[in-house]
Amino acid sequence: MTENKKLATFLRGIIAENPVLILILGTCPTLATTTSVISALSMGIAATIVLICSNAVISALRKVIPDTVRIPCYIVIIAAFVTAVQLLLQAYLPKIYDMLGVYLALIVVNCIILGRAEMFARKNTVLDSVLDGAGMGIGFLVALLIISTFREVVGNGSFAGFEIPFLEDYKISIITQAPGGFLVYGILIAVMNKLTEKRGGVKKKSFSCDGCPSSHLCHKTSCSEVEEITAAARSEAPASVGKEESENV
Amino acid sequence: MFKELILILMGGVLVNNYVLQQFLGICPFLGVSKKVNQATGMGVAVTFVMLCATAVTHPIYTYILVPCKLEYLQTIAFILVIAALVQFVEIILKKYIPALYKSLGVYLPLITTNCAVLGVTINNITDGYNFLAAMISSLGVGLGFLLAMLLFAGVRSRIENCPSPKAFRGVPITLIAASIVALAFFGFAGVVENILGV
Repeated sequence: MTENKKLATFLRGIIAENPVLILILGTCPTLATTTSVISALSMGIAATIVLICSNAVISALRKVIPDTVRIPCYIVIIAAFVTAVQLLLQAYLPKIYDMLGVYLALIVVNCIILGRAEMFARKNTVLDSVLDGAGMGIGFLVALLIISTFREVVGNGSFAGFEIPFLEDYKISIITQAPGGFLVYGILIAVMNKLTEKRGGVKKKSFSCDGCPSSHLCHKTSCSEVEEITAAARSEAPASVGKEESENV
Repeated sequence: MFKELILILMGGVLVNNYVLQQFLGICPFLGVSKKVNQATGMGVAVTFVMLCATAVTHPIYTYILVPCKLEYLQTIAFILVIAALVQFVEIILKKYIPALYKSLGVYLPLITTNCAVLGVTINNITDGYNFLAAMISSLGVGLGFLLAMLLFAGVRSRIENCPSPKAFRGVPITLIAASIVALAFFGFAGVVENILGV
């Protein structure tokens, strides 16, 4: 029974709650590093390592970290692991370090990692958190590989750097550039919608807000409520200005 | 020198638009672009925080991390400074400029984990800009973000009213619209260099 539960924790991140395809988290690295299979693979592996390590440490420290300053604490822990990965890559795989560039440092602000810390690691045991981190990381990696395979084969006529004989002459280079990234990702999510629709329960997710680590700061969980708050603030603003003026008088 | 600064500014706004060409700050771009006034608020808040963040992180890197040979702590130092700065700006605005706080306040906490802000501070260091150039570059990137948000909010309000296939509703059609907007920005490649004759 417990074995099954552990397996479910691990598998959830890969399929049912795939961070990229279902939860729509971590869009920035997804779009930016999927221009080639190699860079997608390195990004996926780097993020998975950081995710597993940070989940483990945050879960181990869950009773020590004060609740009010937890987000800065998580950021420091994550940033430490990102720096370690950066230094290791710079030393042993400088080519990949150059290829990933600024996106490697930006793993720190990847919503998937902070989101898992906030939503899972701070409430669960170390083993569960490691499994969850591994599942989510592999889910991220798989999604990156799917997108990058399509983009590299169609856009560059090659796979992982090896040229494909026939496709080489018919490459559509826009797919590897910025607009192609949005296009392929959009179509892939539409395909996922179609597939999950047949099985019944499609989880209606608004843009990353449900899984967003900052969602509690938006006072509630969705951006639509931010909308309401702004609307309320706007209607309040003139009133308060008026009050100040009257006080001055 | 002046020409160079203009080039950096326009490069940030049009050619290397962070959202549409470099995929930084996609979350707020897609999440908070449903209405034009919201998009403006977020864009202005991001520009403001980018300027503040660069004004603080650039000196920290040049005068603290480099002399102490601690360059590898860049990522940790920058993200902490940005997180603290955002809180600080929020408190200051709340206390002294309540009107501005009311229009920008709700967006500020969301900006801490915005990769565009961390991205611009790191890129300014990687590109070896001096303080002035770094500030101009941040301004350009921020304005580029605002421009992309505004344009996209306009496009999006129309998409919401269009009948699209069921599987495409919501996220997918928004991404495809973003792709078309990005395609338009593609046309700016090389424009600035040619106008200035650099």
